[in-house]
Amino acid sequence: MPGKLKAKIVAGRHLPVMDRASDLTDAFVEVKFGNTTFKTDVYPKSLNPQWNSEWFKFEVDDEDLQDEPLQITVLDHDTYSANDAIGKVYIDIDPLLYSEAASVISGWFPIYDTIHGIRGEINVLVKVELFNDLNRFRQSSCGVKFFCTTSIPKGYRAAIVHGFVEELVVNEDPEYQWIDRIRTPRASNEARQRLIFLMSGELQRKIGLKVLEMGGNAVVGYLQCFDLEGESGLVVRAIGTACTLEKLSSGSGTHTHPNTAPASNACNSPSKDGKEPVFGEDLPSSSGPSTPFRALPTSSSSPPPFSPSKPCSRQSSSSDTDLSLTPKTGMGSGSMGKDAGPLKTLLRQQTQTALEQRQEFPFFTLTSFPSGFLLHVGGVVSARSVKLLDRIHNPDEPETRDAWWEEIRQEIKSHAKALGCHAVVGYSESTSICEEVCILSASGTAAILNPRYMREGCLDLGGSDQRFEDPSPSSCGFCHIPYDELNMPFPAQLTYCFHCRRQKVPDVLFTTIDLPSDAAIAGKGCFIQARLCRLKKKGQGEANATAISNQLPFMEYELHTQLMNKLKLRSMNALFGLSIQISVGENMLLGLASATGVYLTALPAPGGIQIAGKTPGDLNTEQHILNIQKRINDTIAKNKEFYEVNPPDLTEEVVGSPIPEPRLRSRLFRSHSESSDELSELDLSHGKKDAFVLEVDDTDAVEDIQSLLTDASPPKGFYSCNTETMPGIYNWTSALQMFTSVRVLRLSNANLSNQALNKVFTDLCENLLKSFYFKLRSMIPCCLSHLVFSVAVPEEDLIQVAVTAVAMTFDKDQTQDKPAEKPITKGCSEAEDQLQFSLELCTDSSSINSQSSSKNSGVPESSHLSTRDRCSTWLELLRLKAHTIRRGSVKTSRRTQSLAHSVSSLEHSSPLTDGRSRSLRSSRSFGGSSVSVVKMTPLSFLPGTRIVKYVGIINMFFIRETTSLREEGGVSGFLHSFVAEVFAMVRAHVAALGGNAVVSYSMKDCVLMENPNKNQCQCLINVSGDAVIYIRETDQEVTGSTANIRLSCTSSADGAT
Amino acid sequence: MAVELDVFVGNTIIMSEEVYQLWLDGYTVNDAVKVRMEGGVLDEFDAKADVVLSDTMDQYRTFQMCERLLHSPTKLANQLLFQIPPHRQATLIERYYAFDDVFVREVLGKKLSKGTKKDLDDISAKTGVMLKSCRRQFDNFKRVFKVVEELKGPLVENIRQHFLLSDKLARDYAAIVFFANNRFETGKRKLQYLTFQDLAFCAGQLINNWTVGAVDNMVEDMDVDLDKEFLQELKELKVLITDKDLLDQHKSLVCTALRGKTKAFNEMEANFKNLSRGLVNIATKLTNTKDVRDFFIDLVEKFIEPCRSDHWTAADMKLYLTHYTNSAHILDTFKHQVVWDRYMGVIKSCIFKMYHD
Repeated sequence: MPGKLKAKIVAGRHLPVMDRASDLTDAFVEVKFGNTTFKTDVYPKSLNPQWNSEWFKFEVDDEDLQDEPLQITVLDHDTYSANDAIGKVYIDIDPLLYSEAASVISGWFPIYDTIHGIRGEINVLVKVELFNDLNRFRQSSCGVKFFCTTSIPKGYRAAIVHGFVEELVVNEDPEYQWIDRIRTPRASNEARQRLIFLMSGELQRKIGLKVLEMGGNAVVGYLQCFDLEGESGLVVRAIGTACTLEKLSSGSGTHTHPNTAPASNACNSPSKDGKEPVFGEDLPSSSGPSTPFRALPTSSSSPPPFSPSKPCSRQSSSSDTDLSLTPKTGMGSGSMGKDAGPLKTLLRQQTQTALEQRQEFPFFTLTSFPSGFLLHVGGVVSARSVKLLDRIHNPDEPETRDAWWEEIRQEIKSHAKALGCHAVVGYSESTSICEEVCILSASGTAAILNPRYMREGCLDLGGSDQRFEDPSPSSCGFCHIPYDELNMPFPAQLTYCFHCRRQKVPDVLFTTIDLPSDAAIAGKGCFIQARLCRLKKKGQGEANATAISNQLPFMEYELHTQLMNKLKLRSMNALFGLSIQISVGENMLLGLASATGVYLTALPAPGGIQIAGKTPGDLNTEQHILNIQKRINDTIAKNKEFYEVNPPDLTEEVVGSPIPEPRLRSRLFRSHSESSDELSELDLSHGKKDAFVLEVDDTDAVEDIQSLLTDASPPKGFYSCNTETMPGIYNWTSALQMFTSVRVLRLSNANLSNQALNKVFTDLCENLLKSFYFKLRSMIPCCLSHLVFSVAVPEEDLIQVAVTAVAMTFDKDQTQDKPAEKPITKGCSEAEDQLQFSLELCTDSSSINSQSSSKNSGVPESSHLSTRDRCSTWLELLRLKAHTIRRGSVKTSRRTQSLAHSVSSLEHSSPLTDGRSRSLRSSRSFGGSSVSVVKMTPLSFLPGTRIVKYVGIINMFFIRETTSLREEGGVSGFLHSFVAEVFAMVRAHVAALGGNAVVSYSMKDCVLMENPNKNQCQCLINVSGDAVIYIRETDQEVTGSTANIRLSCTSSADGAT
Repeated sequence: MAVELDVFVGNTIIMSEEVYQLWLDGYTVNDAVKVRMEGGVLDEFDAKADVVLSDTMDQYRTFQMCERLLHSPTKLANQLLFQIPPHRQATLIERYYAFDDVFVREVLGKKLSKGTKKDLDDISAKTGVMLKSCRRQFDNFKRVFKVVEELKGPLVENIRQHFLLSDKLARDYAAIVFFANNRFETGKRKLQYLTFQDLAFCAGQLINNWTVGAVDNMVEDMDVDLDKEFLQELKELKVLITDKDLLDQHKSLVCTALRGKTKAFNEMEANFKNLSRGLVNIATKLTNTKDVRDFFIDLVEKFIEPCRSDHWTAADMKLYLTHYTNSAHILDTFKHQVVWDRYMGVIKSCIFKMYHD
């Protein structure tokens, strides 16, 4: 009997009138858990009953505690006829099952009825007493924490990232059972809600077991989805990333001493003595194996020293082929031997081994990572498959569904291999179902991870051993290609990294992850969307599936082209947070790709777009083309100004010359030829880029170009992105407004062409954005973050788009203030600020080291160049903001090369500046209201605040139905109140857990079925998020002392506990 | 391409005060869109009509859902459906209970019954306030009336607590309730020149000085019903006009004090007996419910109009009434000083307020 659940019903308020005669209600409450039910007394004739019941006690297995929700039903007592139900409250007690989260659930919950919506509120108290159970064969996984957040939760440290966990459970859908014909809609809805609660509880428990098996204690980036397969059943599936999290607390000294990292980490630097100047110690031991990058210059004979040489890469790919079979082989790559150059290969193999030892799929659902975790990014990998649904015969053996996903994951894995990557990050899965056809999709970003995170007990999120084994600066390292440049998986133009000039980078980079916090960018980010609508013949069974399957590659190709063109149009060169959704309907397919465009300064400047006509000589056409070309060029110039894309070192070349003209190329050429002759050849091939030429050969193409230009940029004062943070904006103020918007369009004309359909769909999305801007105009300057669009074709001729996002205000005056504001505004906890900072120190130091050493090796020119380039970047930043003292001191120290001195100056100046900028900002946010509200945001942080505790995961599923649609204001009125009710219920649950905000909130499903003729409508909504307690940053003591970094680190961690 | 469904819901309520006002004023969605577009919403922001329409629809729906809560404003603070910052709650309530002076002037003193409600379309046509808005305002009056009817304690305080209104608005509602309860006649042509604020001020004076609540503050309806005992005592004032000596003495005292201080002295002297008779007669008749209803019309007919025709200035009026009241204290045979003060205090301030064009 490992658990005792106790519940107490305190009171009700605002109950509905159930007795027309007296205008009052005789309410009582049933409390049910599992098969046990308790009842309160009837509180007669009141709309605000005070039951003040005894404690109802349930003695249950912890397995049940995880699976079952506490079910509270409020009823109206009726002497003569059956008691009428007023409504229900389901309480997920999972948050009470682990020690660090909530200890009691207490508060007012809306009483919810699937037909009438919210009908009054009830005050409930719930507690759990858990007994220790030493049974090793237990089926429960109490204590495993779940987070929706797709990054390491604030206030925690990832000791180990174990990797991918997945599970799915299936059941018959009660809506499709025979009994549904004879029961009321209410009974059917409640059966469904309850079943889904049970299934997601079970799913969570099963995933928890897997995590325990792996030795972890938490799931981060938990993504749970429902597939309503209709007749064939109901599937609940979830994926996540298993981790071992440690709470950052005072005294643990987690970031004080990297000494905790065992010596097994061969690549670790020997200097682990906390704040002691790292470089000072390192200098004399330059030949040691501990700092491979410094050993390089002596051994490398051919530039570029750091890129993997051909044979090594090949070898790695050969070892790649045996996938999961041979976990250990990678390690035995002695053939590389003494060649220190192919460090990357070594890394890859190490990591791979670690990964493969652990599991089949090296996937991570995380989208942002601790600094240093991500070494290189290959690009987006995705896989889709079309399946025909069949009835799930045995719910206990969901093999088919498992096999389907297995297949897709294998494909993703092999795609990643082809990109020379051993892992997939920012991984997600989704489905689209129409009748019996189901499209399964998975996508992620192929990447190479730092192996030290894979090994047990040897890592330290913020350790100062950060610089180890990564020769490339973190601001550009992730852009460097992980694959073999002579054996590229896809055509791409490679150039040398514009930052370090040492390794190759592609011309564009697409990823599904968030922009790494230390990435160097120019200007601001921008929301980019590609939309596509394709007609499809109605069909059945196999033929239909095949038809869809055949269309998919064309759709993906077209979406990709659109994205690419739109990216160029904004003169950006990278996409983050890319998500491509393909939805299937009876007679059409919808494709929607959303991403956030950024200009990465490490990547080459994007060329413009050149229009070419197929029929030269025709004067009209040529004039037309010239016009279009002019408009495109104008748009590019306008966008550049709007997004402030002025890469510091390219300014003069790029402005006003969007087409990849010879001058730009020659400049590239020149800069490379400075370092080596070999490179010039490469650059010549780079010059022959034709990817940017759009050919106007038919009317379709013209329309495509037209539609390219119709995308309006947001009005002044607005920015938008679909990632966690807006690249280029760092100084958020605390105002925020999370919203959900749903729009359904009925296509009145059945015989639309693809083009016309595209236009309709594009307009739908554009208009939605426009109306957001309009509605939120009072928040200017403001950014719409985490814009998540989801499209569906609920019926023939209907297109549904649902959007959830958050509008956040920022301080316009200081938008440029990246260096000073960045650590704080990311919303990190104080501790992390400091951590990040110490990381920066280390990265800087490493680059200094490498420069000084390369000087010795006799390649002075290149190092000189890079120093100058970087210096000019610093200067640029300096000019922009005065209080970049920290950077300034770095710069001077670099010039003087007096390393030891630079360290001390850093340590003393930085906390000061930090403290100052914080107090500046805090005085600003004092004006905020002190309302006890529950904030909601799809992001993992709340600007201007610090999350001090995660009190539990929120995962709720609601059904609402009406048989009086007109009376409720039509579908819009119906859905409006339902969405408001869902928000209300989420807020109430969070408040009852003691939280004051929901982070990483998302609406994963919004399924709307209407039948206006029958005056009926039904809607299902599934939401999730993490309930947290936050405090305003101003509430904590400001550590403005000049004490050394680690000290302030610890003191702020004090506050976290 | 019909938009079948279009909703936008924020975690915190999203509303613009402009749209709220349009909704309160009874504009239909389409008319509201028109007004907003003419108002330049589009100029300041690059938005098309459909964007404004969608925004207006969303807000109208929100307001409709809130309306139920606004009927009992205390619920608004602890309901869970909408997250509304306190200052927004205050705005929502205050604006919802705000009313048009022209409208309230029409229904002031009328019975808040179904019958009156049926006349609302006439009032709407007459005042130019949209029927929907008239209904809202009328229902508000009725709702407030019903709630405070059965409550003990001070009227204004009760209204403020139950409807979370500002002090000013609570006082106005107290006046409306007071007028409705005593059914004062305010609709006669002669009274048309009086604004709602004039009458509300007078109601305030009556509530504070003539009701039961002015002497005892824990009775039901204390601020709604006039103090019966006091009304009885007012009959005693009759001596001031029936006793010839007293009347002459009073007149000479007043005239002595006024002489040389005003241009209208001759008219004052000539009219003294008439005016005094008028005021005292009003006092002595107040035991009749019918005469209570005619209180304001009597004031105008018996006192204000004669003075106006003699071209008294407001200052003349003040001077006269002050001396008229004070001189009564010097009359040695006049024993009802307390009742006299209680009566004249109110009469004086009411007439000051009402004496204008």
